[in-house]
Amino acid sequence: MSTLTATAKLNAAAKTRKGRLILGTLGAATAVAAWFLISRESDNPYFPSLEVILERAWEYWTTPEGVNNILASLRTLSGGLFLAIILGVVIGLIIGQLAIVEQAVSPTLEFARAIPATALIPFALMLFGVSDQMKIFLIALGCIWPILLSTADGARGIDKTLSASARAFQITGWKFQTYVMLPAVLPRILVGIRIAIPLSLILMVTSEMVGVQQGLGFVITQAQATFQILTMWSGILILGVLGFLLTFIYSLIERRLLRWADPRRDRE
Amino acid sequence: MLIVSDMEKTYPTKSGGFTAVSGMSFHVEEGELFTIVGPSGAGKTTLLRCVAGLDEVTGGSVTFNGVPVSGPPREFAVVFQDYARSLMPWITVAKNVELPLMKNGISAQERRKRVTSALEEVGLADAMEKKPFQLSGGMQQRVAIARAIAYRPQVLIMDEPFASVDAQTRADLEDLLLRIRAETGTTVLFVTHDVDESVYLSNRVAIVSRSPSRIDEIVDIPLPYPRDQIATKSLPEFATLRGHVFGRIREMVNSAALTDA
Repeated sequence: MSTLTATAKLNAAAKTRKGRLILGTLGAATAVAAWFLISRESDNPYFPSLEVILERAWEYWTTPEGVNNILASLRTLSGGLFLAIILGVVIGLIIGQLAIVEQAVSPTLEFARAIPATALIPFALMLFGVSDQMKIFLIALGCIWPILLSTADGARGIDKTLSASARAFQITGWKFQTYVMLPAVLPRILVGIRIAIPLSLILMVTSEMVGVQQGLGFVITQAQATFQILTMWSGILILGVLGFLLTFIYSLIERRLLRWADPRRDRE
Repeated sequence: MLIVSDMEKTYPTKSGGFTAVSGMSFHVEEGELFTIVGPSGAGKTTLLRCVAGLDEVTGGSVTFNGVPVSGPPREFAVVFQDYARSLMPWITVAKNVELPLMKNGISAQERRKRVTSALEEVGLADAMEKKPFQLSGGMQQRVAIARAIAYRPQVLIMDEPFASVDAQTRADLEDLLLRIRAETGTTVLFVTHDVDESVYLSNRVAIVSRSPSRIDEIVDIPLPYPRDQIATKSLPEFATLRGHVFGRIREMVNSAALTDA
């Protein structure tokens, strides 16, 4: 009886935001504790204990060199994502609103999209050399697709009454794009970006593993090559934390923007 | 001033095409409140979209002051049935009313003046900075009406504008429309499936048949303005006219039911 009510209470708690937060933190804390305890006695050089990984992470990633590497990664990541968002939204809006353009370019787009961005690393290296531009280009190339396609789809499916009332009042051109189309499509753009963020992390690390002299991916491969397993693990740990923070911050921004674009959804 | 002549609208379908409106002809006089009433599925909305320039006709013509309508004319304003989807949810009530006015030739000061007076006219002066979703359905439709009158159209086109609100709100909105029209002299083209509403509001009521819809009969409504929800509706003439329009529609629905069976 008492366990039943306890379960019911827990289930009810899981449905509230605060409940989710508490349960999520509990789960994460348990996972970290398990890792910590299981690895504590480890004498396997490939799987060092969490304790020493954390020590190493603190040692290395707080030095100017470590910080610079993190910043370098963040720079390329934000550059690539920014480019992907701008281009994806603009091209998506055009394709979604002009049926002729859509029909003309969609087979080409499907083809281009099917090529994994990583396959273009040699080409990007040729084009830009070993540089930030190369990395930004790769990230943008890989991340543009979900944003572009989601935006185009949203623009195509804009509410007919909404677009009719804009047309009836001669709200056209730039005014239509900024006041009507963009806010109407915003939820779809945000979904595209959410899919693009993990992709951008993958491409960031991959591009840093080839020839570049800085960044998280570089540190991880470099550490592995020089048999500094601890540094390698600490880099992976930092990557995980970075990915988590990025997703978390994004979800906060996303929630705000969604509430602005469609205040009704909050009341449901 | 607004002439619909032998208009036809056919939508392409897999089986050749669906004709929603065919051989539709009528004209609306300046300052008139002209209502189109008919059973549901009569292609009334299609007709209205074509007249408003939101859809292209596939035959015949729609002309306004002698000029064929192709695309929404500046002189028309439209109030849609679905207020929740015709207002922009992300901007305030005032901005919704202002947006159509934001073009060259109207100063910011003039715009503000028009927005304020339009919202005062519909009794929403206090709701200017609210978002549409914070208002009730009837109030949102008032915003849509304010947007239309601030636009200062010559013709106000309304597609079942009061079909989604409760009965009391509906009566209030009908009287609001009559008052605005008396003050501005705007020509109104109104579509409804509600016979009482059509007779109560109009100078003339056009009864349309089921699709492919055409005009079945145009009925003059010689009841005096200003009209009153209780006094006008108690007049014997009101009852006669209402009975006549209602009878025609019922005949059409019944004969259609017989043909369908």
